[in-house]
Amino acid sequence: MGYLDGFRVTFGKLFKSTHSGAVVTVPYVKDTGPKREKPARLHGRHVLNRYEDGMEKCIGCELCAGVCPARCIYVRGADNLPDDPVSPGERYGFVYEINYLRCIHCDLCVEACPTEAITESKLFEFSFTNRRDAIYTKAELLVDDDGLPRILPWEDWSDLEKVAGDTSAWVRATAPSGSAAYEGVVAWSGELGFGVKAPELGQTAPVPEPAAQAADATTGPDDPDQHDHGGHH
Amino acid sequence: MILGLDPLLAGEVDLAVVLIVLLKVVVTFALLLVAVMLMIWFERKLHADMSNRIGPNRAGPFGILQTLADGIKFFFKEDLIPDRADRKIFILAPFLSMVPAFLTFAVIPIGGVFTDQKQGAVELFGHQTFLQLADPPIGVLLILAASSIAVYGVMLAGWSSGSKYPLLGSVRASAQMVSYEAALGLSVVTVVLLAGSLSTHDIVMSQAGAGFGGIIPRWNLVVTGLVPFVIFVIAATAELNRPPFDLVEAEQELVGGFHTEYSSIRFALFFLAEFMNTVTMSAIIVTLFLGGPAGPTFFGPDWMWGPLWFLAKLGLFLFMFVWFRATLPRFRYDQLMDLGWKVMIPLALGWLLLLATINIARDEDWSLPLVVGPGFVVLVGAYALLTSAIRTAQRRRDELAKAGG
Repeated sequence: MGYLDGFRVTFGKLFKSTHSGAVVTVPYVKDTGPKREKPARLHGRHVLNRYEDGMEKCIGCELCAGVCPARCIYVRGADNLPDDPVSPGERYGFVYEINYLRCIHCDLCVEACPTEAITESKLFEFSFTNRRDAIYTKAELLVDDDGLPRILPWEDWSDLEKVAGDTSAWVRATAPSGSAAYEGVVAWSGELGFGVKAPELGQTAPVPEPAAQAADATTGPDDPDQHDHGGHH
Repeated sequence: MILGLDPLLAGEVDLAVVLIVLLKVVVTFALLLVAVMLMIWFERKLHADMSNRIGPNRAGPFGILQTLADGIKFFFKEDLIPDRADRKIFILAPFLSMVPAFLTFAVIPIGGVFTDQKQGAVELFGHQTFLQLADPPIGVLLILAASSIAVYGVMLAGWSSGSKYPLLGSVRASAQMVSYEAALGLSVVTVVLLAGSLSTHDIVMSQAGAGFGGIIPRWNLVVTGLVPFVIFVIAATAELNRPPFDLVEAEQELVGGFHTEYSSIRFALFFLAEFMNTVTMSAIIVTLFLGGPAGPTFFGPDWMWGPLWFLAKLGLFLFMFVWFRATLPRFRYDQLMDLGWKVMIPLALGWLLLLATINIARDEDWSLPLVVGPGFVVLVGAYALLTSAIRTAQRRRDELAKAGG
């Protein structure tokens, strides 16, 4: 019918049971049931991670602040006191603030971090009502003693148990070439409350033989972690 | 006489009559507002359906109260008038587009009994009356006049905003209205010609009654030969600034077009007027071409069927306008002008001449084939001349462009 074909197409959409008319919108189910599965690559609000012994991972290097395209991160480092260190190293993040009025959740800070200190959780339902609340301080970002994110009054963490372990740290598990397929061996540090996390996105590592693992660790460049972050150390 | 042909006003005008008229005013007003509210919801829902979405579903069952929620929100928004705006005209403009939308609906017959020689009248509190607010002898002219005044609302809104996008939108609006008003008027004239009256009630009456062969209704849609109807629908869509003719507010190029600078309740008035015009224009199409509330009655009281038929036919056209919007991409400005001036107006004019010729031939008892044959040949010849003129002009333009560039 030439010009009039379009009318048939749009009319066909009215029949919901057909393939053409199927509704693609997924409703927001907050009131009606459990929350939906979060996409594996969802970027939510950040958390500052800690090692399994409770030490903070952040070393106050400010690489996250440097790479941030929105300039929303403010970091100041300070020297660790030798008898009461905050992080296992010379320095630690003394001030750490993220302004969520500016953050675009690009995850570049996570990629830049040499110690996996900052990752993004799956939380996106946080609606603060003033500018002061929009600036998350280190006390709010740092995980608590169980390794769980701190729950602020305006945050909806009702599926905390399900998503607490999911972070955007999966980027550490991609191949050195940048492909999403995980290759190599687990080469990231453990986290407080969770231990050494498995590769995410359902990727499975070929179980490395002990000898091969040792070889990888010594050769360096083949190790994804070493490859990605080694230059920054 | 100027008050109209309504039997209510034919006799003595006492308090009861005045009260009935007042009641009609209130009912018409309320009916139109509710209809617009439902229309906005219907459009959003249907358009969502047609693009695999869900549409409003939060306020009330099926989101039917969404318009109400939006309306309340608009009241609480900040009312902003730009510094460079011409304040008086800026404030006046929304009302200029709102009031004609209401005015037009006053002459639309929305019900009536068309059997038993009732001539479309119903009994209301012991008085015979038409189910329309007013039935002036110049009803159709009133419709055309009101729709022309509505252009001023759009035009002055853009002009008084003191900003360039609204101005561009309003310039487009006036050009578009001028181009399509002619085609619209010419197709209405065919209806008036056949009905022999400008009164909307008489036009409906002329379409009521048994149809051809008892099946095909005597609607003007059939009697005028479909072409004026098609032209009217296209021109009406353009008059309404609805897609695919919504160049006036083309979001992608003009931000919001003529209402870019409007906010809060002033914007809501424009919004309301736009959808009210859609409802009104559908009602006008039903009245002029589909016999308005006239239709067969089956069971129950006769007066019930008038509004039922009217609403059914109205719904059909509301659906059509939404369907247009969901389907057709926006016209480019030159396509709009080409369609208006080179296709619609010549076609409407030619068809009008043909119908007039046939009418005269019938009155004078001339042989129909002998009149229609040559008439048709003349029209085809005129069309060929027009086409060749357009082609020649185009070729010259192309040559000039080639020589210049």
